[in-house]
Amino acid sequence: MEETTILEVKDLAVSFQTFEGVVQAVRGVDFSLKKGETLAIVGESGSGKSVSTKAINQLLPKKNTLIERGEILFEGKDLLKLSEKEIQKIRGNDIAMIFQDPMTSLNPTMQVGKQIAEPIIAHKGVSKGEAKQKALELMDLVGIQHPERTYKSYPHQFSGGMRQRVMIAIALACEPKILIADEPTTALDVTIQAQILDLMNNLKKDLDTSIIFITHDLGVVAQMADRVAVMYAGKIVEIGTADEIFYNPMHPYTWGLLASMPTLDVEQTSLYTIPGSPPNLLHPPEGDAFAARNEYALGIDFYEDPELFKVSETHFAKTWLLHPDAPEVIPPAEVIRRKEKFRYLNSEKRMSKTVGGEAYGRRY
Amino acid sequence: MKKYILKRLLTALPVLLMISIGAFIMMNLAPGDPTDLYITPDATPVQVEATRTALGLDQPYPVQYVRWLGRALRGDLGINYSTRYPVLPILVSRIGPTIVLMGATLLFSYLVAIPLGILSARKHGTWVDTLLTGGAFVGVSIPNFFLGLGLIYIFSVRLGWFPTGGMSQLGEESSILTVLHHLILPVSVLSAFYIANMTRYMRATMIKVYGENYIRTATAKGLAAQVILTKHGIRNALIPVITIIGTDLPRLVGGAIVTEQIFQWPGLGRLTIMAIQQREYPMLMAITMLSAVVVLFANLFVDIMYAVVDPRIKYN
Repeated sequence: MEETTILEVKDLAVSFQTFEGVVQAVRGVDFSLKKGETLAIVGESGSGKSVSTKAINQLLPKKNTLIERGEILFEGKDLLKLSEKEIQKIRGNDIAMIFQDPMTSLNPTMQVGKQIAEPIIAHKGVSKGEAKQKALELMDLVGIQHPERTYKSYPHQFSGGMRQRVMIAIALACEPKILIADEPTTALDVTIQAQILDLMNNLKKDLDTSIIFITHDLGVVAQMADRVAVMYAGKIVEIGTADEIFYNPMHPYTWGLLASMPTLDVEQTSLYTIPGSPPNLLHPPEGDAFAARNEYALGIDFYEDPELFKVSETHFAKTWLLHPDAPEVIPPAEVIRRKEKFRYLNSEKRMSKTVGGEAYGRRY
Repeated sequence: MKKYILKRLLTALPVLLMISIGAFIMMNLAPGDPTDLYITPDATPVQVEATRTALGLDQPYPVQYVRWLGRALRGDLGINYSTRYPVLPILVSRIGPTIVLMGATLLFSYLVAIPLGILSARKHGTWVDTLLTGGAFVGVSIPNFFLGLGLIYIFSVRLGWFPTGGMSQLGEESSILTVLHHLILPVSVLSAFYIANMTRYMRATMIKVYGENYIRTATAKGLAAQVILTKHGIRNALIPVITIIGTDLPRLVGGAIVTEQIFQWPGLGRLTIMAIQQREYPMLMAITMLSAVVVLFANLFVDIMYAVVDPRIKYN
């Protein structure tokens, strides 16, 4: 894999002006995306994962969004500083998006083929006929049968899975360098989910597009991601390769997420849940935002927010537990089991880049 | 589609029949009698009775209704009691002016209101929006008679720019220009409401459409704001707007009773008032049935337009 960084988000902070006050949705996020890689961003609803990525394409509502600070560097340009006209040339062309709800994301009064051809006409300066030809090829590519016939169909004639294929075709229309997929399978049932994920994986191999994959489903992450960023209350709490996050997690929040995944190979009577709920970002708590729900919280967590501690060259976690002076704690049994596997894999030097979904407990 | 239209037209027939029965009953239940109004006070009861017999008003109501229906189906809408003129030519002569007045009003209103509504929605929350919403509120609230008299006072009496009423000057050759000149004030008065109403609907609909996910998709495609508005915004906003147009259309012949009265517009609105005051039963029946037919056609038109605009709607 080529190691060129294509996108770099630096200290991004985004707030929303609401009637109740200023909500600090994203409170300082750093990550980078390399060419051809898939970065998954996971977290609960309201953790800021969607907001961070919508900021990249300036898709947040202009009226009440405040970009507090930060930079989003793409090909040497800070996307946050671009004018509406300049960002229009990047949207859909260099950076494309797929959204969560395929049922409502397509224009109900426009033929699907035309909706696919639209970005090609807008960005590539080709004739309508050429755009149509390209749209037909894309429809074929994403597995829509009889493109010639279905070109003139309307979205309501398509199922949810087919509509998401149309959305993918739209996103790929201009061969973007970056594809942002915001929970693209959440609204679909499991078999369709698997088809869409397979499709995305295949397309990624063929087109060498970098993908930012937003989800709250760790099973999906396992199937898609090279690297994983875990977000909580507007910050990245842990980031690393998929293997590091799944088999050697360091942050108690990641432990909680992994422990609350249903598994097939362990006899479970009840499913673990992380106690409590995320903090209100109108008034973020002092110290570590996760402290109140964290059974491993240290005294310092309640008044000082930890920095990102380095675990390896690729692995960082934002927890005081990694401080040299921190006491030793025993992670949940599920995490210990995973760490043992990690040590085993590492000692055997058998770690592979892509591990089958089975090892992560959920299979599609 | 043809089959659907035919079906709708056929189902309209019993509806029209019911409307005619309802209108006939209500009319006869209302106090007063045509003979009271134009027989001299010293007429003897025998003379009154003779007149009633001559007009057929001495018959039981069901008999009167069936007679009316029988004649109406053959195209005879009866006569005006007071003038002994047949109803149909009078009605026809009044339709033209009302269609001119209301057609001009609706056309002008939509041409102004639809862009204003879109502007208001796109500037949602800014002073432009506040101004337009406030203006629309005033437009919906202000009574026609007040606005009409106000405009007549300012532009006709004080400034002398426009005539105070009528469709043409007495003794003057009637041309398109003179009609336009006479139209300006009444159309302004009537448009106040329609512009305000449509602006509010268009604004609300556009705000709703711009909150839809497909607009976000269009934005994420990198389309220009203009393209998003015309190709994705307006087409989808038209669906609810067609409903409003459908409810406005019957006004084309329903007329504007108050405004026609103020501006002495020789249209159906004034005819209706006169017919009610003078208990001209055949005329009232004719006007009611005409309105009913137009409403039914307007509804059919709206339903067909839905199918034209929205591919999800199909009639089989």
